[in-house]
Amino acid sequence: MSTPITLTAHDLTRRHGSNVVVSGVSLELRRGEVLGLLGHNGAGKSTTLQMLTGALPPNSGKVTVCDFDLAQQPEQAKACIGFLPEHPPLYRDMRVDDYLLFAARLHRIAPAKLAEALAHAKQRCGLQDSGKKIIGTLSKGYQQRVGIAQAIIHDPAVVVLDEPTVGLDPAQMRDIRTLIRELGDHSSVILSTHLLNEVESLCDRIVILKQGKTIFSGSSTEMRANDSMEDSFMRLNKYEAAST
Amino acid sequence: MIFTIAKKEFRSLFAAPSTWLMLALLQFLFAWFYFARMDDYLQVQAQLAQLDNAPGATIAIAAPLCSALALMLMLLIPLFTMRLIAEERRNQTWILLLTAPVSSTHIVLGKFLGLLLLLVLIVAGCTAMLATLLLGTHADIGLLLSNILGVLLLAASYAALGLYFSALNKQPVISAISALGLSFGLWLLEMSASDNRSFLRAISPNAHFQNLNMGLINSADLIYFALVIATLLWLTIRHLNDERSRAA
Repeated sequence: MSTPITLTAHDLTRRHGSNVVVSGVSLELRRGEVLGLLGHNGAGKSTTLQMLTGALPPNSGKVTVCDFDLAQQPEQAKACIGFLPEHPPLYRDMRVDDYLLFAARLHRIAPAKLAEALAHAKQRCGLQDSGKKIIGTLSKGYQQRVGIAQAIIHDPAVVVLDEPTVGLDPAQMRDIRTLIRELGDHSSVILSTHLLNEVESLCDRIVILKQGKTIFSGSSTEMRANDSMEDSFMRLNKYEAAST
Repeated sequence: MIFTIAKKEFRSLFAAPSTWLMLALLQFLFAWFYFARMDDYLQVQAQLAQLDNAPGATIAIAAPLCSALALMLMLLIPLFTMRLIAEERRNQTWILLLTAPVSSTHIVLGKFLGLLLLLVLIVAGCTAMLATLLLGTHADIGLLLSNILGVLLLAASYAALGLYFSALNKQPVISAISALGLSFGLWLLEMSASDNRSFLRAISPNAHFQNLNMGLINSADLIYFALVIATLLWLTIRHLNDERSRAA
């Protein structure tokens, strides 16, 4: 493969006290790839994503984004990432436009390009008519869209989305999936989700976590083998449970 | 980057109804004190006029008012600072700043400057009220300016203190109470120190304000305020850096 690697994570481990939340997770992501992170509740998906984006320091391990070490050159590395956390980080008393412009400025978009970036992000997330609205008054689905718009406004090389379609109605879900597929054309996307059909239709590669460990990593066709997605997921989880 | 954060902080302080309520209350109390002092002064003015070198309106009205303003700001500032970091943590918006390409220094200085701008506005409002003295009498401009400088420096120190406590925890109320407790404690220390040269007086910000309150601009006081502000901001930055780089 000749496409450049945008993100690598090597042997990430994170403990809370004596409780190991994530242990020895390694990932590699190329430009134009969509990677799905699967796992039960509490499997360490959100913690892994937070470590990839610099929100949470790992106890050990190393993350490299666009050739910048996240621990050594955090500012350069973080400029290449857009992140939608589990709870969208929205200032409820701000207007959508003001909030997105603030996010854009934080990510060092040149003042001359701000208006263009704002219009583009709003258009991609279907927020054209919501610019003047106060974020706190928006519905859950629209707040989620603002969260996604915030993550992609600076056109980052790596987009990290933690359960992006949670709380959306089916039509909105379809729109967001279309958007993720578009993003996957020229950036790298990592998304975590519970929805197996989402993974099936979106992701090029899949990583399954269980109790903080990687139990599967491969393409979606490899995972499926012969069974349906759901059966394979359950089988992989069970197999791992029996062997540990 | 610092100014981006400062501007956003200033605007979101102004977007909160509680800010407007506090501003209105502060102006009301200040005006109340102003009229009370004015009334007292007018009652004794006839006797004062017979004295040689009698105290003027500035020292009899403006200086005690600035002293009252300093006390009100001490009580008020923790309520503003508690929002700066602790509330962002509680509302889970902190992660936006953590994952953005900005350093802790940018965040801390940005938030500090944003709040400082609001405090400057508050002090400007009170100054405008004091400036009405000029309509009726010759005010001592030098004394007035040294008082304003004193109030601003004191307010900036309390803001830096509040910001530090705001960085230490997730609960806005706890950070407000800790900041208030410490600044109130320092104020009490100053009150209870019997000796003017006592060590207790030297560490209390209010004691250093009192020189400026009397119109005495002493470089030792200015250095004290600069050191307090710089140290607290540095501690805040260090705390955030530690938190960001080291797993607990």
